[in-house]
This record gives sequence, structure tokens and C-alpha cells, in this order.
Amino acid sequence: MAKITLDNLAHSYLPNPGGEDDYALKELNHVWGDGEAYALLGASGCGKSTLLNIISGLLHPSRGRILFNDQDVTGQVTAERNIAQVFQFPVVYDTMSVRDNLAFPLRNRGAKPAYVAERVQTIAKMIGMEAELGRKARGLTADAKQKISLGRGMVREDVHALLFDEPLTVIDPHMKWELRTQLKALHHEFGHTMIYVTHDQTEALTFADKVVVMHDGRVVQVGTPEELFERPEHTFVGYFIGSPGMNLLDARVEGATAIVGGTEIPLGADYGRPGGRVQIGVRPEFVAMAEGQDGLAVRLKRVEDVGRHKIIRCDFEGQAVNAIAPEGAEVPADLSRVVFDRAAVNVYSDDWRVAPKSKTEEAA
Amino acid sequence: MDKTVNQKAWFLVLPVLILVAFSAVIPLMTVVNYSIQDAFAGEFYPLDDKLMWFRELLEDDRMWNALRRQAIFSATILAIEIPLGVFVALNMPKRGAWASLCLVLMSLPLLIPWNVVGTIWQIFGRVDIGLLGYTLDAIGVDYNYTQDALDAWVTLIVMDVWHWTSLVALLAYAGLQSIPDAYYQAAKIDQASRWAVFRYIELPKMMGVLMIAILLRFMDSFMIYTEPFVVTGGGPGNATTFLSIDLVKMALGQFDLGPAAAFSIMYFLVILLISWVFYTVMVNLDKREGK
Repeated sequence: MAKITLDNLAHSYLPNPGGEDDYALKELNHVWGDGEAYALLGASGCGKSTLLNIISGLLHPSRGRILFNDQDVTGQVTAERNIAQVFQFPVVYDTMSVRDNLAFPLRNRGAKPAYVAERVQTIAKMIGMEAELGRKARGLTADAKQKISLGRGMVREDVHALLFDEPLTVIDPHMKWELRTQLKALHHEFGHTMIYVTHDQTEALTFADKVVVMHDGRVVQVGTPEELFERPEHTFVGYFIGSPGMNLLDARVEGATAIVGGTEIPLGADYGRPGGRVQIGVRPEFVAMAEGQDGLAVRLKRVEDVGRHKIIRCDFEGQAVNAIAPEGAEVPADLSRVVFDRAAVNVYSDDWRVAPKSKTEEAA
Repeated sequence: MDKTVNQKAWFLVLPVLILVAFSAVIPLMTVVNYSIQDAFAGEFYPLDDKLMWFRELLEDDRMWNALRRQAIFSATILAIEIPLGVFVALNMPKRGAWASLCLVLMSLPLLIPWNVVGTIWQIFGRVDIGLLGYTLDAIGVDYNYTQDALDAWVTLIVMDVWHWTSLVALLAYAGLQSIPDAYYQAAKIDQASRWAVFRYIELPKMMGVLMIAILLRFMDSFMIYTEPFVVTGGGPGNATTFLSIDLVKMALGQFDLGPAAAFSIMYFLVILLISWVFYTVMVNLDKREGK
């Protein structure tokens, strides 16, 4: 178990990287707290796996240092770092039995047979494969193999960190939930530092204490699920997390008022006069149907009933505005206006959130 | 709806039947026919004892000696080429310009015709003008493949290894290339030793192609004719007279068509039998590991 510090870390797959675009992982400073469970969330190809492989030592970073508990491990190879990592696709040793597969990492480290046997039993129980221990790993189904991979990752108790690279991709939904619960239980019990890479927001939000969102080789926000929901620091976080994602509208902001296509929208705080490309973002959960002449004039496109609630899809001058209404709500066919909860409106300048200068009196 | 009977479809199969008949069935049957007759001065006389040639063959030391030499030769080159090929494949670069260069260099020996390989080594090993033979002689090694049986054997084995190890290496290389990177990464995470990586990742993944390599090299070496014929002509004495060389001596040298036909059939059956054993072992290996 360790605190993992990334110090000015950057990585490029090119031998002589030039501009920033050549870097798969842009310069990064981050501390992964000892014993915390993190989810690393982002779209495919955003540098999540690169970051993970750098931490485990499978990749050597172009620049910067990695420290485990303040000890520089940048130069150490994977084996010396004592890390466990589980990959997206199952890796099992085909010719070994399930038992030998699980015991392999322990035996390689010269553990005593009695201890190995005991750990293998524990892990087999955890992944629900006690009955198959004597079987050859070859010919098992993909999700059984992935369970073995997970088990091999968890079998060592003294690892510095447990890294998961989209480990549940090949597992069926029911088992996914069960294994995720097991991982959480494991985390509570042993307090390993865990980093869980995924592009599935549900998985990230349910697994982790803290979610690290990556976009285009950069960490755009680190926060609890609530923070990501309420105050996305970057438009990508707003759009990527939530279903549907955050509404983003081009706007002009003057103090505590945003002007969107001639309509004034009150904001919860004073934002000054931000420059660059200014947008306001509001989550569909905070958009309500309006009557009379209040709010933003929109055109209703369609209503989707997803069971727990209804998604109202509207359009404002070519930009999508979505709203979420409770299950039983009636959506009038002539709906033409929506209002935003002013406290939930965020302001973005060139995709990054603008911090409010001060709360306005009304909101306070 | 009633189906109409139309047997014309048989005509579509006819070309294949004719082709197979002329390319395989008829020649084989001719040989079978020879094996139960006695050929003398261009005429064939039926045997009273139909299986006489087969009986004689089984009691003939000459055939057994050739078979023994053949078996030793095949076993030796398999024992050298398979591990060596795997070793070469393991040490070839995985990608980049060097990998392509290696592949081209490796395939060169495979492109050389058999009799040319024989000629190359025949000259290469000569004590008077050959680079190898002359050099060995000059540094005091008593080497002469035309007179010493052991030298002849060593020359033939080294030649075969030179000619065919590439095939094993290329097949093994293809097997290695199909292993996803994640396996090597997982092995690093699990702190597996180099030997464990070979034993538990590389070897199992190569098993399929290696079986094919063994089968191919076995069949090919068991039927070897051209190279020893060119290099040693089966000598010195009968030291390198393998089955096929002996067969040709019998059929064309002595024109004993009947016994030679019986010999051919036995030869064919032996290869068929051993290949079948290989195949069965391969399939069973697959099944057993699936359990």
C-alpha cells in the first residue's frame, strides 16, 4: 500500500515529441492518496491506459518522475514495483490449472506453500471458482478467465497498488455488479490503493471514492461523484458524465446575468466578464418546464420515457437543450419555454469552468 | 412440391474424379499391381505366392538397415531443428526493419532447390577445393565425407539443418507474433521468470504451429532423396543409403520392379502410420487440455 505521486509526468509514443499534440499524456502532477479507491474515467484513447502502464512500469515515461511513498521508482522495472494489474482482456496461463494460475504470482515471490494454499482458497471463494480449482484454465469461458485474471491481481496482499484496466468489459452484467461489489469489499477490508480505469460512468461513480476524469491526455477534474455532477470543471466532464450530459449553450456573461440569444438568464453568482468562448452549462436535472413568458424559448423535439423519468429533448437555435421531468409529469405538446435553476448554472470559458467572483445576494 | 429426379449433377463431380484417378488412384494401383507380379525382360508374370515380395522384403536386412538409418536421420534432424528453430525465433526482433531483414534472410535457404543445396554442400565439403573441407583439413581435422561414414552423416545433418531450420523458425516466429502484449505485461506484473514466460506463455501458444513443423519436417526428412543422392550418393558404402535412395537403386538400378513396388507400398504405409500417430497425438493433446 502506498501513496503514489506523479511528478511532472508526461509521455509521448514518438521518439522525439515536438509540440503538445505529440504527447499521449500531457504534463501531469497528481497524488494518489494511500488506501483510496480511484476511478480513472475518460473516453477511449484519452491516455488512461498509458497512465496506468506508466504507474505499473510497463511503460517508461518520456518525462517526469513516479514516487511510491516518496521513493523514486521511475527507474524500477515492473517486478520491483510490486504492483498488481488486471487487463481489459483475460490473460490466463492456459496449460496451468485454475489453482496454479492463482498461485503463480505468490510462488514467483517464493511464498510458503501453506500460505499460498490458504490465499488461493480465499480468492477462489471471492471470485466464485472454488469448484473449478483443479481444472485446466484452457477452454474456460471468457468471463471465467477474466475472473481468474482478477483473482491473480488480488492474490498478493502486500502490493503497493491494485490497477484495473477496464477489467469488466468481457463480463456479463449480473456478474459485473457482483465483482464490483467484491472489489469494493476488498478495498474496505485491506485498504489497498486502487485505480480503476473505465469508460463507463456508472462503473466509475459506483466504484470509487474519487473519480479522475481524463480528456485528451489531460486530467480535467478530480472529485467525488457529487462534485463531478454539480460542478464539472470542464465541459467534457459535463458532457461525459450524466445521461443525457450537460446542456451547453453559447452565451455572453455580464456579472450575474448570461445572455443567450437575446434572452437574459439569471446566474447564481457574479462571474465578471469572462473572455474567450463563453458557454453556460446546466444539467438536464436542473431544467424545468416553464409556463407563460418565463425562461428560454425552445422548440420541443421529442419526449423519451426511460421509466424512472422522462427526457424532454428540445432545441434552441440548433443547440440541444434537454430536460428531465419526473416519471408521472405531463409534458404539454406545445411546450415552448424552459427555465434553469440558477444555482446550478455553470459558466465556461474556452471549455474550463469560470469560478464565480462572489455569490449574489439572491442566491446567498 | 414434388421433387424431380435429376442425376445430371454427377457430371459436375466428374472432372475431379478423373483428375484424382489419374493423379493418385491409377498410379498407386499400378504399383500395387507390380508388387504381386514378377517383371522379367519387359514382361510381367503373375506370382504363385501373391505376397512373395512382401515376405522377402520383411526378411531382408537391406531394407531394415535402410529403415534404421532413415529413422536415425529423421530423429536427429528433428532433435536439432525444432529446438534450434524455436531458439532462433525467440531471438528474432519482433518488429521494425530488422525483423523484415531477418525474415528475408531466414527464407533464403528455403528458396533454393534441393539438388542445388546438394551441389552447394558437395562442393563446400570437398577437401581439395571446398571452403569447409579444405579449412577443416588445413587446421588438422581429419575430415572426408566421401570416405568416412561419420563425416558423411555429419555433413548431411548439418546440410539439412542449414536448409530447413528456417522453416521451423518462421513457423515458431508466426506463433510467437500471435501472442498479445497483455500476456507479457501480465507476466511482468506476476513477476514471472524468463523461463516461466517461455514455459507457460510462449510454448503453449506455439504448440499448434510446432506440431505442424514437426509433422512437416518429419515427412520431408523421411522422404529425403535429392540432397544425399547429390552429396554422397548413399555412400561411403551404404552408410547414407536412406529408404528412398535404396528404393531407386532397386527399381531403376536393378530394375527389380516387383520387389521395388512392394518396397514402395511399405514405405508409403510407414509414413502414413507415423503421420497418423502424430495427428492423433496432436488432436488428443488439444482435447486433454480442454478438459
